[in-house]
Amino acid sequence: MPIRGLKLFKIRGGVHPNANKDATHDKPITDLPIPELLRIPLLQHIGSPAEPVVKRGEHVLKGQLLARPQGVISAPVHAPTSGRIISIGKFQAPHPSGLPVMTITLKSDGKDEWVDSDAVTDPFDMEPAEIAEKVSDAGIVGMGGATFPSAVKLGLGNRYQLEKLIINGAECEPYLTCDDRLMQESADEIIDGIRIMIHTLGVKEAIIAIEKNKPGAINAISVAAADYPEIKVIGVPVQYPMGSEKHLTQTLTGKETPARALTADLGIVVHNVATAYAIHQALRQSKPLLSRIVTVTGGAISKPGNFRALIGTPVSHFIEHCGGLTEEPAKLLLGGPMMGQPLPSTKAPIIKGSGGILALTEKELRLKNPSPCIRCASCVNVCPCGLLPLEMASHARAGDLEGAADFGLMDCISCGSCSYVCPSHIPLVQYFNYAKGALTEKQRAQHKQEEIKRLIAARAERMEKQKQAKREAMARRKAEMAEKKKQQSEASA
Amino acid sequence: MKSINPVGGPFTHDRVSVGKTMSLVMLALLPATFFGFYLYGWPAIFLFSVTVLAALLAEAGSLYIAGKPVRPFLLDGSAILTGWLLAMTLPPWAPWWIGVVGAFLAIIVGKHVFGGIGQNLFNPAMVARVALLISFPLEMTLWISPQPLMATGSPGFFESLLITFSNSFHIDSVSSASVLSHIKTELSRDIPLEQTLDSTYGLIPSVLGITAGSMGETSSIFILAGGLFLLMKRIISWHIPFSMIMTIAVISTLFNWYDPSRYAGASIHLFSGASMLGAFFIATDLVTSPVTRLGQIIFGIGCGLLVYTIRTWAAYPEGMGFAVLLMNAVTPLIDHYIRPRIYGRDGKGKPVQYPENIGAEK
Repeated sequence: MPIRGLKLFKIRGGVHPNANKDATHDKPITDLPIPELLRIPLLQHIGSPAEPVVKRGEHVLKGQLLARPQGVISAPVHAPTSGRIISIGKFQAPHPSGLPVMTITLKSDGKDEWVDSDAVTDPFDMEPAEIAEKVSDAGIVGMGGATFPSAVKLGLGNRYQLEKLIINGAECEPYLTCDDRLMQESADEIIDGIRIMIHTLGVKEAIIAIEKNKPGAINAISVAAADYPEIKVIGVPVQYPMGSEKHLTQTLTGKETPARALTADLGIVVHNVATAYAIHQALRQSKPLLSRIVTVTGGAISKPGNFRALIGTPVSHFIEHCGGLTEEPAKLLLGGPMMGQPLPSTKAPIIKGSGGILALTEKELRLKNPSPCIRCASCVNVCPCGLLPLEMASHARAGDLEGAADFGLMDCISCGSCSYVCPSHIPLVQYFNYAKGALTEKQRAQHKQEEIKRLIAARAERMEKQKQAKREAMARRKAEMAEKKKQQSEASA
Repeated sequence: MKSINPVGGPFTHDRVSVGKTMSLVMLALLPATFFGFYLYGWPAIFLFSVTVLAALLAEAGSLYIAGKPVRPFLLDGSAILTGWLLAMTLPPWAPWWIGVVGAFLAIIVGKHVFGGIGQNLFNPAMVARVALLISFPLEMTLWISPQPLMATGSPGFFESLLITFSNSFHIDSVSSASVLSHIKTELSRDIPLEQTLDSTYGLIPSVLGITAGSMGETSSIFILAGGLFLLMKRIISWHIPFSMIMTIAVISTLFNWYDPSRYAGASIHLFSGASMLGAFFIATDLVTSPVTRLGQIIFGIGCGLLVYTIRTWAAYPEGMGFAVLLMNAVTPLIDHYIRPRIYGRDGKGKPVQYPENIGAEK
């Protein structure tokens, strides 16, 4: 049910980058052919990597479990198609570290043959815990790019008093249109997924928030949601970073998520539209997460478009399918231009959180050599978190990590608004990411050192006690001996 | 700086650069500058050119000595702008060496001694302006009544060369007092303010700028137009100009109401001297003003109070340079204490708390 007149709240700062969505927003989703080789990284989510359960040379069927989750925050991965495992080892992956990740390489047999799937039960007859387990087994993670295991978020109802589910269809990243297309083409499935989530979380209502520059999606979702009064659709202002979970929540409720806490502390859980779709597939068709929608665009792509592609499809396969490159791209990205990651090469695969492949030209990048900060305060004005990016960067640059932290480094969401407007072209986010990493490392080292100190002290104390005990025992024995001698001498006397 | 290839985003950028920012400020200064050229003729044009050239020379020399790349920094426009702003505050018929010494002071002492662009604590143009005023009080207070370019009686091209580049020309014949210095002198002779103003001051010429004064400071209307352009282009925000102008207006109105024979009213304070240029172009200098909006308001109020205080009770008729420098010195302190509230935290930096019981952990 679409709502008008729901009061929206302003968020601080933000930027309005050129949307650049025209090249693909009217391109329907088409199925990308199955590539010959699929590279399936075992770390496609936040948390610990999955652990392989298949061996090299083994033949697997589509949807078969390849690796099981390790620990609470983790997710399994499944075979996107049928074929043979030809290797398990480190391979280039789109990971923020830029380092290779354990990857299963699958050679497709071209049959795309499904494994026997579980019987489908009506999710509304299932207990919330059962649904969460099913979502966990399907390997579903946040599809908006954060890739946090969805089942963990669906289980929040056990710990928090939840009121509202917010469905994030903002898609505020420039260039990307994958969520837009999915909402237009699979609105009914998304709404069904949302109803399942409402049931699982035990909330009263869901609000679907879509940026106003997507009238087609707003319309399609509104039509699909018309029969369900508990689901509301709302157009939110076009403003980056509207898609940030905390800022979207603030726009809709006026409440800021307390620092270091979750939106669940406000009684709110946020999920992406594509996650809702994946949950629908997992519960209604018993299909694990094997594919996703990817927008392939950028000035260097011949024929941009939106594709449904198997997880693990190499980037080169997309580019070939889009008619190749018109020129050598200045930057190849996975994700949007604001928060996406540069790709090590076109051999790297897409993963569960990859909404886009961008081949950007020099002109689109507008990269310039940085010059000194002129304290223009543009970064201060656009920061959606109320930070002082210029101060944080100057402290981080000087190696003063605590100083940077004092200015709120750990409250930074790395949205990149500050770098985007900086007239001196200072790579602020680069500094922040470095400083965050270094600070975490330092804290870890410090913790370790303290732990060692504590253990050494404990050991010294223990040794001291042992010595003490020995001394006492010795003294006792001496006393006993003396006593014995005395008795002996007394007896002999 | 070294060529970079960051792995951290974003991988797109707004169409902004330091050079573009500086160019827009210069564009905003154009109307007032051309009007100054027209009003005070060839000597003003010569002094302006000499000052800007000297600023560029000092910049190039400083960069070379510091071992920094000369070309990119020279082309970012900051040195030209510093020279330009300094020239705007000089008496239009001042000798050439005033411009040269001023530009060197501004660029070398005011900017590069601190480490170059972005590092300076004080507004370079004001450092130079104040140093010149203290060192050369005679040359720096020799005002002339307008001698429009090409008008009969105005000096021609060659005569003007003599005015700027040789000491042989005596300009006493056309010298005149600026409104603020005239008021100061007459008040010291116990002549009531109303009487002084009746004979010399007109609001219209003062707003238009057809009075004796610095090269580019007199025309409030053209400076205001430039300032509004900068506001529109979002190079500056309203916080400093507005709070500064309001402070001067309110305090001068209050004192004028208390004793009109001793204290000039708001219109005189706002449309004379460097008020408008200071509020829109000097105090708003990005490098030396606070970065937060509240900090900028405090800064503006401080500048306004100081300008009024110096003009009214101190020995100098104009106090913009001193006021801005004093507030520049306070800027790091303002920036230390005034910070924006961080998302999800209260004013003291503690995580926000909601009284309602929603979302409480079960």
